[in-house]
Amino acid sequence: MSRENMNASDHPVLTVRGLTVRLPEDADRDFAVEDVSFEVGPGEIVCVVGESGSGKSVTAHTVMGLIPRKDLTPVAGEVMLQGEELLTKSETELRSLRGERMAMIFQEPMTALNPVMKVGDQIAEMLEIHSSMSAQARNDRVLEVMRDVSLPEPEQLFHSFPHQLSGGQRQRIMIAMALALEPGLLIADEPTTALDVTTQAQILELVKDIQRRHGTGVMFITHDFGVVAEIADRVIVMQHGKVVEQGTADDVIGKPQHPYTKMLMASVPSLTPPVREAVDRERPALSARNLNKTYGSGGWFKRGREVHAAQNVELVVHRGETLGVVGESGSGKSTVARCIVRLIDPTAGEIMIAGNNIAGLGEKALRPYRRDVQIVFQDPYRSLNPRRTVGQSIVEGPMNFGLSKEDALVRARDLMNVVGLSSDALERFPHQFSGGQRQRICIARALAMEPKVLIADEAVSALDVSVQAQVLELLDDVRKRFDLAMLFITHDLRVAAQVCDRIMVMQRGLVVEQGPTAQVYASPSHDYTRSLLAAAPGRHTTFGAAPAAG
Amino acid sequence: MTDTPTSSDKAAKLISAPSASDPHLLVLILRHRSIFWGGILLCVMVVIAIFGPFFTVDPIALNPINRLKVPSGANWFGTDYLGRDTFARVIYGARVSLVVGLAVSLFAVSLGLVIGMVSGYIRVLDAVVMRVMDGLMSIPGILLAIALISLSGATLMTVVIAIAIPELPRVVRLVRSVVLSVREEPYVEAAIASGTKLPLILFRHILPNTIAPLIVLATYICGSAMLTESILGFIGAGIPPEIPSWGNIMSEGRTYFQLSPWIIFYPGIALAVTVLAVNVVGDGLRDTLDPRIARKM
Amino acid sequence: MIGYIFKRILATVPVMGVVALFVFLMLRLSPGDPAAVIAGDYATAEDIIRIREQLGLNEPIFVQFVTWIGSLAQGDLGISIFTNLPVTTLIAQRLEPTISLTITTLLFTIVVAVPLGTLAAWKSGSLIDRFVMLFSVGGFSIPVFVLGYILIYFLSMELRWLPVQGYKSIFDGVGPFLRHMILPTMTLSVIFIALVSRMTRASVMEVLQEDYIRTARAKGQSEFKVLLRHALRNAAVPIVTVIGLGIALLIGGVVVTESVYNIPGLGRLVLDAVLKRDYPIIQGLILMFSFVYILINLLIDLSYCFFDPRIRY
Repeated sequence: MSRENMNASDHPVLTVRGLTVRLPEDADRDFAVEDVSFEVGPGEIVCVVGESGSGKSVTAHTVMGLIPRKDLTPVAGEVMLQGEELLTKSETELRSLRGERMAMIFQEPMTALNPVMKVGDQIAEMLEIHSSMSAQARNDRVLEVMRDVSLPEPEQLFHSFPHQLSGGQRQRIMIAMALALEPGLLIADEPTTALDVTTQAQILELVKDIQRRHGTGVMFITHDFGVVAEIADRVIVMQHGKVVEQGTADDVIGKPQHPYTKMLMASVPSLTPPVREAVDRERPALSARNLNKTYGSGGWFKRGREVHAAQNVELVVHRGETLGVVGESGSGKSTVARCIVRLIDPTAGEIMIAGNNIAGLGEKALRPYRRDVQIVFQDPYRSLNPRRTVGQSIVEGPMNFGLSKEDALVRARDLMNVVGLSSDALERFPHQFSGGQRQRICIARALAMEPKVLIADEAVSALDVSVQAQVLELLDDVRKRFDLAMLFITHDLRVAAQVCDRIMVMQRGLVVEQGPTAQVYASPSHDYTRSLLAAAPGRHTTFGAAPAAG
Repeated sequence: MTDTPTSSDKAAKLISAPSASDPHLLVLILRHRSIFWGGILLCVMVVIAIFGPFFTVDPIALNPINRLKVPSGANWFGTDYLGRDTFARVIYGARVSLVVGLAVSLFAVSLGLVIGMVSGYIRVLDAVVMRVMDGLMSIPGILLAIALISLSGATLMTVVIAIAIPELPRVVRLVRSVVLSVREEPYVEAAIASGTKLPLILFRHILPNTIAPLIVLATYICGSAMLTESILGFIGAGIPPEIPSWGNIMSEGRTYFQLSPWIIFYPGIALAVTVLAVNVVGDGLRDTLDPRIARKM
Repeated sequence: MIGYIFKRILATVPVMGVVALFVFLMLRLSPGDPAAVIAGDYATAEDIIRIREQLGLNEPIFVQFVTWIGSLAQGDLGISIFTNLPVTTLIAQRLEPTISLTITTLLFTIVVAVPLGTLAAWKSGSLIDRFVMLFSVGGFSIPVFVLGYILIYFLSMELRWLPVQGYKSIFDGVGPFLRHMILPTMTLSVIFIALVSRMTRASVMEVLQEDYIRTARAKGQSEFKVLLRHALRNAAVPIVTVIGLGIALLIGGVVVTESVYNIPGLGRLVLDAVLKRDYPIIQGLILMFSFVYILINLLIDLSYCFFDPRIRY
């Protein structure tokens, strides 16, 4: 049931011309978006890409009329939805257009759905607002759109609450809600960012399918170039609130013109592992044997449900080697990392550091080994105590092990150079640094302990792609320079391909495959690994001309 | 920087980009309108409480001929049923109120801080401490205070302790919730991973996070302690009648309310204004120090 | 769900135990002779000896506790010193006015505070918001009895609209009952309204930041329904919780309010007991109020199931 004829396909669904949105006075720049122009045609998927702060999200929210107007004021330009100017419309007029002619889906399907309302009712609410359908007709239509987005057993799911569904199902509910009234324009704001890679692939497939069948114009916001390559007809690249480049997907990805786009494309890690130097496999720094972590939710009345977060995990990391642990959320990869650092106590098994089993040691006996294993966390904003200077944070560890403050500071200054920051950074507080800089500081803090093993737990996952490339380079550099054994935990197969010598794939607490990186990527032996690789977005695309950093 | 903010309003996130320089916290606090005016009001009350009694007539001097006089040039707030000057008594009562408020909040906050820190970090103790706090919380504060005072006799000290004990659970719960949430922070985990000992972790990384919410809670406790003291005084279970406190002045005025309502109104207004000043400062501090702690009180 | 209810009910047992232990120890550990304290100021030496034996104070403390809990379990709260009547009888006589006052106050508070707080949250920063916040901080600052006297002075003595004091049972006619209830209810409600409206405001404000509110707006839903259907329902748990916790505040307020308006309820019973130092009554009332408080909060805990489907497990 195509709607192509309803909107003559040569008239764009959405036209944005010269849009400029002013930021409040105390912000770090004048305009959130400046002179932005683009079009979305019917049945077309237009990807708006950019790093954080590029203004892509503000643009989308301005179209929907969902920005707080007193803080963010559109001061110039026009936004036309199927030929109707939106910026001059009143709140009531906009309200009748939202849902009916333009709909939006969001990043976090869990929080975007009302937790105390049945999902079926939430879809039905859309019909209730904009139509005079009877309750029965509404329910029928809800079941119809639920079937349309391939939700299993819609009659039962109708009465479920959001927390009873999986992430993918929730996003399907959001999409069903958006499609209930067949709007001409669908705005998708990072709709797959919070999802696992296999779920992401399914949702992307669904969006493409819907756009094909319904002729919906889709404005798709993302930071992930893999997703862009997978889904976009045309691409708009934004930086600091301005459009720096736009064109067809093939042109922008294959032959980027603007230096910023070129740099971005060059930063996208390739899925093809580079050739790596051979590692001397006679010097194990860390090994785990039969490592188990079980969480029991022991109840008084029913038998406690046990969650096997990690089961019989075996691993060895040698000095100078990087072992990648990959898997989706709930695979147990972070549990393994936290057991090895002994932030949590393993239920069973051995963790060998320098020939000693630290798995069962008490806090006191453990202390001497603490310095051998260091960790860098995912969130750069919470990894540093906001009340303490960078210097205080870095010298804390070495001083715990008897280094004088002066010596510790000398070491900290050297490390600032190693991680590419100036040594006056030591006197400053964390909030004065960007995310990437903070992650460098965290790496310096870990290195200050002179560890043998460095664990990076999703250490680059929260970073923009250009910053990510630099931090990855730094991690690889310090591994070589300090002869570290590195355990690299990530959900991102692209990143893992670039820095790991060997890869270990985990699923639901179990290690399903382990082997040299090139071998795992070229000829995966386990079905799960194969499905992960098949789901990686943009796997058939080469980004830009230059090979990826690594 | 991060490209995947998980929480709600992205547009709002973008506009809260850090400005060039953050003004010093103290400046922010003083600049806050309600803290400024509440603070001034409070200072005036403190000055009155400290120096006022030197300039008034004796608050306990009897003058039976001058019973229940209406407010006049000689007796600004009138006199009570024993002919004592209500103005002098109200001025003197400010001392009692402020001392009780301050002492109760200091006592409750310092004891609660210790219990809360220990309970938040030592699992074994936690269950026991929290049950005791739950129990304490379910005894209505005023009744608990009444019982404690009627058992141990009313002195300034017992009144302070009796008012402070029912306030303890609030402090303990607040401190404990801060400890529990902060110890999950990656920076605390990083400190553990680098071999920092427990006492140092508590002192260096966790304690500073409790200070701002505790200051706010302390002001609220101060206000509510002054109210509780007046209620205890009013029902005859508070500060002994020899010491004029706002509570017992009003208590003695009850019988003559229809005849001389000012005996209740003047100390009542003085009390309300003082507590208002304290609460307004508390609200201001809460807004400035951390809007997120608002929910925990 | 059954499991949840059972677990919650079971969880109140240790709390009740702690309260009982606390009340028990308070008397025994207080400075001075507990028998002398109970006997009161005008007791003779024989009285004290009699009371000591009556309460079994010569037994080992553990035995005393077991006996005491045993009689407590049978609903025996002890004997009043002055009236020589069982405390339970005295409580039963005074129950009705207190229950009436509490219920009218709760109803009035909810009807006023929840809409007020929601409005303030929705129009945060506006004039109405400032008014609500000002009212709330004022409500926390004015002593209950001062407010009571101010209301009496203006509404009853000056304007003569309402009776000054006293209580009429609802069984003697709804009209007089309500006329006598208006002032005490208003007096007692102020601090409670301050508390509930403030929590409603905070809770709704937080919910309004949530993604699903944006979703509802993106659907084109009207602001009124966004507030009613999406915001308030999600904000309900903290609001209901604070109403439950506020019961403690209410009980304190009841004592004073009843005294101001001369209402012969439990509050007055406390007051008379304090003046006569009739400790068994104070102790009995503390136990009763605490258990009521625990039970109300248990019911509120159970009501979470209704407000939030995520709690059903």
